[in-house]
Amino acid sequence: MSDQDKKPGLFSRFAKGLKRSSDRLSEGVAAIAKKPLDRETLDELEELLIASDLGGVAAMEIVEALKEQRFGENVSEAEIKEALAAEIAKRLKPYEKPLDLSGAPPRVVLFVGVNGSGKTTTLGKISQKLNDENWRPLIAAGDTFRAAAVEQVAAWADRTNTPIIKKDIGADAAGLIFDAYGQAMMQGRNVVLADTAGRLQNRRELMEELEKIVRVLKKKDPKAPHEVILVLDATVGQNALSQAEIFKQAAEVSGLVMTKLDGTAKGGVLMAVAEKHDLPIYYIGVGEGVDDLQPFDAEAFARGLVGLEKESA
Amino acid sequence: MFDALSDRLQGVFDSLTGKGSLSEKDVDAALREVRVALLEADVALPVVKDFVARVREKAVGEDVIRSVSPGQQVVKIVHDALTEVLAGDDPAPELNLRATPPVAIMMAGLQGTGKTTTAGKIALRLKEKDKKKVLLASLDTRRPAAMEQLQQLAERAGVAFLPIVQGQSATEIAKRAMNAGKLGGHDVVILDTAGRTTVDEDLMGEAAEIARIANPAETLLVADALTGQDAVETAKRFNESLPLTGLVLTRIDGDSRGGAALSMRSVTGLPIKFLGAGEKLDALQAFDARRLAGRILGQGDVVELVEKASEQVDQEEAEKLAKKMKKGQFDMDDLANQLRQLQKMGGLGGVMGLLPGMGKMKKQMAGMEMDDSILKRQEAIISSMTREERAKPIIIKASRKKRIAAGSGVAVPEVNKLIKMHRQMADMMKKAGKGGMKGMMNAMGGMGGGMPGGMDPNKLKALGAGKAAKGEGLPGLPGEGGQMPGLGGMPLGPDGLPIGMPKDGKK
Repeated sequence: MSDQDKKPGLFSRFAKGLKRSSDRLSEGVAAIAKKPLDRETLDELEELLIASDLGGVAAMEIVEALKEQRFGENVSEAEIKEALAAEIAKRLKPYEKPLDLSGAPPRVVLFVGVNGSGKTTTLGKISQKLNDENWRPLIAAGDTFRAAAVEQVAAWADRTNTPIIKKDIGADAAGLIFDAYGQAMMQGRNVVLADTAGRLQNRRELMEELEKIVRVLKKKDPKAPHEVILVLDATVGQNALSQAEIFKQAAEVSGLVMTKLDGTAKGGVLMAVAEKHDLPIYYIGVGEGVDDLQPFDAEAFARGLVGLEKESA
Repeated sequence: MFDALSDRLQGVFDSLTGKGSLSEKDVDAALREVRVALLEADVALPVVKDFVARVREKAVGEDVIRSVSPGQQVVKIVHDALTEVLAGDDPAPELNLRATPPVAIMMAGLQGTGKTTTAGKIALRLKEKDKKKVLLASLDTRRPAAMEQLQQLAERAGVAFLPIVQGQSATEIAKRAMNAGKLGGHDVVILDTAGRTTVDEDLMGEAAEIARIANPAETLLVADALTGQDAVETAKRFNESLPLTGLVLTRIDGDSRGGAALSMRSVTGLPIKFLGAGEKLDALQAFDARRLAGRILGQGDVVELVEKASEQVDQEEAEKLAKKMKKGQFDMDDLANQLRQLQKMGGLGGVMGLLPGMGKMKKQMAGMEMDDSILKRQEAIISSMTREERAKPIIIKASRKKRIAAGSGVAVPEVNKLIKMHRQMADMMKKAGKGGMKGMMNAMGGMGGGMPGGMDPNKLKALGAGKAAKGEGLPGLPGEGGQMPGLGGMPLGPDGLPIGMPKDGKK
């Protein structure tokens, strides 16, 4: 930026104001502790939730629920946050479900989502978990679009010692996943983990390609794909709702995984997505290691959301 | 749920029509809506608060007292303030390459934001537009196949790529890249780094070390337009650790509002240099503050619509159609063509999403199940016609209709509707030359007639022309006011604009 002297423009005034307001905000949270839950406190809590991407409506509902509760005169900030977390956990609890792959093999698990949400990494980690639990997965390198996507998922296949079906970039993804199903039958693999190319949900032609993958799989097994996991990135905002809606339409999404919760993003929109589309949350990703893909725990997630330390589980 | 701000404000100000000026109370009511609109657009809360306070200062005062339409005035103030914040002092920031070559450009950002793809895009742009000799180097030792990805992009862009040496650390690669850049006589060396979380001290330290080694003229933070409230935190932390010089917002081709741009711009003061708008290597746009402001407010993006149209429209086809129209011909093949083009542009929803003031209409359409499957069905009906029928739809009588319906798997009334719609459009075509807005509206009525349940042309008029007459929409926004481009099977002219759309801004 040029830093010539000129009269303070809107922007610089704005930036100064911003600093003030964020200072105010952090002071505000500490100040909450000494106040009873008056309107101001509730507003601040609502803002805390909005800042966690919970969305305006859900934030309001949670805070309204909290309004019903009574707190002592000297209630601490931590206590209020505990209560807040409990409200959120209560709502999230019904969506805490494990990924269930029982049923006639091979089970097909399709990983879908926008670009860069962490589909391939999640697939790799789940592959490791399945191997550890004595499943016999097979990986289908269904992202035949992005440069080096095949290499990326192949590296995971290698690392987790899992067979992989792959073709060159530009190959038909639906055909490849169809073939992978056949291979799984022949080789006695009981799970097919199918990667797909990342796509923005408003790109109709790409969503049609996804529909085709589902349609073609149904020729092998009318119930396939048995699980379609929408992978969401924790940094995503309210757009996750649009993602869930359109991916569900195109590919019968059956469950959610949220990645990258090890950063500063809280991923609050996960609750709105799970509730609105009645989708279980299978895993959350909190780091790069295989063990960092953890089964979803409503209480732990809720505590993280409001900024409480995780209890030593 | 993402209603355009102008729709929201309409409700607030409905009771005020005729008052002509705003009290503080009115402004506060409007600003509550502004706040919600910005939060829905994923603008970070502290940024929203401050922005709203800023707008309030401007809105309560003489600006507003002079206003004729309060809603319009508030939207304009908000839009202007947004544009000002987004653009800052430099409305068209370019890359700064004023340094001794090889000039280093460093890419940084969270995982999965599109750093590598953006590196490839910038390389192509520098090569094509600025005639620079570019070297791409991947410092991402973390993600499997990240290096191969950049290598493939370098090949596609036709620029040099620093050979992969297994086992080297990111800082070692940085040194090697700068050396190779010097020896190879490269003007620019683009360093793609590993994605990292902001809380990973080691990786942030490594990035800082890379910046020290390469001394980049540009250090770009790549962020995703889908980002939510965390945008502020991300921008702040990267800005603290690295000598950032600019922002790149990727995935602007998605349907997010892109409020993250405002958040990041606000906390860092850095200019937004580029927008990434697709997977293709040439999908890198120069930043345009007015357009992004309109998008954040949900006012539609007519510029993008026109761009999309000109991208998708086959020039030759369009000219052929123009010629035929002059002769008053518009047959079923032409209609089928229009339907296909509409689908390519993202279908009805895609097109409508880009139009200002279309929020209500989009909802109405959803209610009537007027989705894109209709476009497909209509196309199928046309494909079930013989060549003769397509050229001369007038010959299609009862038995032909039955055959066509059976052939395309629809009921006869749907065939009737399509034929009626075609006839109305063909009539409109004849008038199009002089028709302007009126011709467009008639055509839209015609389209409605072809839809199940029909769409009331009067409603459309009210939404389009009527609203414009009242002065809704933003002054200065492209395509506002009376110039509502047509939709539905609207024919597109040789210039890529819907035919009949005034090109010179006249109403």
